[in-house]
Amino acid sequence: MKHFDVVIIGGGPAGMAAALGAREEGASVAILERDVRLGGILNQCIHNGFGLHYFGEELTGPEYAARFREKVLADRGVTVYLEAMVLSLTEERNVTAVSPTQGFIELSAGSIVLAMGCRERSAGAIGLMGTRPAGIYTAGMAQRLSNVGGFLVGKEAVILGSGDIGLIMARRMTSEGAKVKLVMEIMPFSSGLKRNIVQCLQDYDIPLRYSTTVTRVTGKERLTGVYIAPVDEKLQPILEKEEYVPCDTLLLSVGLIPENDLLTGMDVEMSPVTAGAVVDEYRQTSVSGIFSAGNVLHVHDLVDNVSEEAFIAGKSAAQYAAGKLSQGECVSVAAGEGVRYVLPQRVHKGEGKVRLYFRVNKVYRGKSVVVRSGDELLKRKKTMVLAPGEMQQIEIEKSLIKGDISVALEE
Amino acid sequence: MNVYDVIVIGGGVVGTAVLRSLAAYKAKVLLLEKSSDVACGSSRANSGIVHAGYDAESGTKKAYFNVKGAAMFPSLTAELDVPYQKVGSLVAARKEGLSALEVLRDRGVRNGVKVEILGRDAVRALEPNIADDIEYALYAPEAGVVSPYQLTIAFADHAVTNGAEVRLEEKVIALSKEGALFSVRTEKEVYAARFVVNAAGAGAAEVNALIGEEPYQETHAVGDYYILDHKEAGVVRTVVFPLPDERGKGILVAPTADGNVILGPTSRKVPHEEAERNAVTAEGLLAVREGAARLMKGVNVRSAIRVYAGTRTAVGGDFIIEESAKVPGFYMLLGICSPGLTSAPAIGEYVAEEAAKKLSLEKKEKMIPLPKAFRFRESSAEEIAAKAKEDPAFGRIVCRCEKVTEGEIVRAVHSPVPAKTVDAVKRRVRAGMGRCQGGFCQPRVMEILSRELGIPMTAVRKGDAGSEIAPYEVKDGYETL
Repeated sequence: MKHFDVVIIGGGPAGMAAALGAREEGASVAILERDVRLGGILNQCIHNGFGLHYFGEELTGPEYAARFREKVLADRGVTVYLEAMVLSLTEERNVTAVSPTQGFIELSAGSIVLAMGCRERSAGAIGLMGTRPAGIYTAGMAQRLSNVGGFLVGKEAVILGSGDIGLIMARRMTSEGAKVKLVMEIMPFSSGLKRNIVQCLQDYDIPLRYSTTVTRVTGKERLTGVYIAPVDEKLQPILEKEEYVPCDTLLLSVGLIPENDLLTGMDVEMSPVTAGAVVDEYRQTSVSGIFSAGNVLHVHDLVDNVSEEAFIAGKSAAQYAAGKLSQGECVSVAAGEGVRYVLPQRVHKGEGKVRLYFRVNKVYRGKSVVVRSGDELLKRKKTMVLAPGEMQQIEIEKSLIKGDISVALEE
Repeated sequence: MNVYDVIVIGGGVVGTAVLRSLAAYKAKVLLLEKSSDVACGSSRANSGIVHAGYDAESGTKKAYFNVKGAAMFPSLTAELDVPYQKVGSLVAARKEGLSALEVLRDRGVRNGVKVEILGRDAVRALEPNIADDIEYALYAPEAGVVSPYQLTIAFADHAVTNGAEVRLEEKVIALSKEGALFSVRTEKEVYAARFVVNAAGAGAAEVNALIGEEPYQETHAVGDYYILDHKEAGVVRTVVFPLPDERGKGILVAPTADGNVILGPTSRKVPHEEAERNAVTAEGLLAVREGAARLMKGVNVRSAIRVYAGTRTAVGGDFIIEESAKVPGFYMLLGICSPGLTSAPAIGEYVAEEAAKKLSLEKKEKMIPLPKAFRFRESSAEEIAAKAKEDPAFGRIVCRCEKVTEGEIVRAVHSPVPAKTVDAVKRRVRAGMGRCQGGFCQPRVMEILSRELGIPMTAVRKGDAGSEIAPYEVKDGYETL
């Protein structure tokens, strides 16, 4: 069994940044990546808009990935296992994996960083009604087929869900000559970024209908159309208003689910809201020595935030492995009025700053973000618009922490 | 012209069971299937239950073949390497249901089935999550669960391994008999045969009509199902039924042979033209959720990974398993609805014997067994290490959810009845049957199919003709992985 200070599961943007973070502390690092190359989903995101925050310039997904990949591959302190699928992980930090070149792999680690990313919610998971023809895809699958494979899935599409990948694919399919007839969102607001709604839909005159869903699909071999209907406040379709939209393609962009299946059977505390682990500001889970970062922790909208978060996780994991991670008293961080979740969910008292990331539960205008610790007001920030599709952040001084923290929206 | 001893029409579990039993004889046999794979009709979308045999009225063909078939499953599935577990079944009843259970029990005893009525505590010892108001249950320890499509595929593969032929995408469009020989015309070929077996399932009445036999009045009932994620597997241990009613055995909750949980089916009468459309409905899914909740606590439908519908085709109350009086040598298998899956092995043997008698076929000394397949998810670390060393493709996971390797997929593409579509691969090795439903692996499976079959990616299909998944190329191609 080979030993590394830090073993990172997943070689996408989170895994690569975690490796660089761990290397800054001088740790020996292994990355286990299931694909043939590092980079994860960035490799199929050939559009631009990546890196504005992290690098201060606009890159495509593959370019953004390459910046990290080159650093990681040049670092002899990082061992990269490619096509390596992790099979098991224990609380004692033993990892097994398999790869075509190395066969069965067994590693032990001083600390672990979970960086497995997320998967797309499927047609089955949303209980899509109707027949089962070809022509129904998750947006990410269609994206991989077009951007990595070079194949277009159809000519006349509708998209269910206004997640970012769906919006990006609306533009992508349009630029390949397909007609995107409609994007539907069951909620009264989008889960995607405002800039994507503008640049991918409005610029191409693609209609976006809120509070609307697909009630059933038709077609035996290939999709021939979808029935759609508006929904009431309980999100139930109003069938009297059902209408038929002929199409050969239905893309689903109906949510991303952190892929934490590896943790089954382990005692890692999970958040029912994020579907990721509950972590402290080091991104350490409830099982000491196991850290989590990126979309496996909570779904991000900007890769720049993933890199930043994973760098912290990797650096902290290395400190843990070296016995240098200071772990004093913790307070909990809770989501108050108007806030869906805050991350990290625990913060240690001490020195320095900590940045809290949060999402609101619907669209708000003119609210103030208020952070309290115990009875003390730590911060108050006036905002213009807050939308669930855009992750927010607010920084606090650790030295000011008096007790449990809450983040809420107030007038 | 090619003359066959027997032609079987229809590649469902019944047709392939007949074919496999025929392959035990020194005979030239052929199966014609209209779809792109075997197990494309009711055999792929049903509950996957091996019924113990107390349901059918004593003295019926259903009762006879059910009981006989169920007894064959343990050794048959071991021999054919098909997922099967003898988990037992419960018919759960409330206080007022005891007399109905007694009727079932007495019928079970008459049919020669091991059954007993359990009281409140005994039921909970077997099924801790049973609904609080369930007081009694009829327990049948011999009932089980099986993968219905894998059984069908294994029958076909075993038959082909032993010299039978399977031709896919050949729908029979004309059928006649002149002298001693049948002429069987498909859209592609004309075949001659001495004996014809109609096992066309939902299309069997149409095939009957082709030769002037009675086009029995069929009824088609569509049923909706949920499949839940593996992580819910502990919620149910046995096959739990409600008390049966006039529409059938009701909405059940059961483990599947592959470690998921299945809920369903409903029973909705549909006209013939809708029979194979298998459209899932909202009302159906609601009924399944409610039905499951009446039986069991803690069934988490939010863990659903797939919903689907299947068709059951019935002709009156019993199976029709008989030779045509009008057209000797034309053997009719109609209305093989539930317990058709359980009965299929016994029907297969019976029909093969009938054909053998009629045609004076001689039995082979022995059949070539199907080789045991390597399944990554069932293998130990040592086995995985050894297999990956022998062929690295068995160390390359393609389907991460179900842990299926490239090696297993390649083997499925080159199996006796080759998997030529994404769905055919899925049914053989489970790639795409997990919680992401092919979100990640489907493009990889397509690439493997394209490479192994020597067809362009744009021609790779989900299932039957017209189901190409990515039919067009982008304007200015990209690098292929």
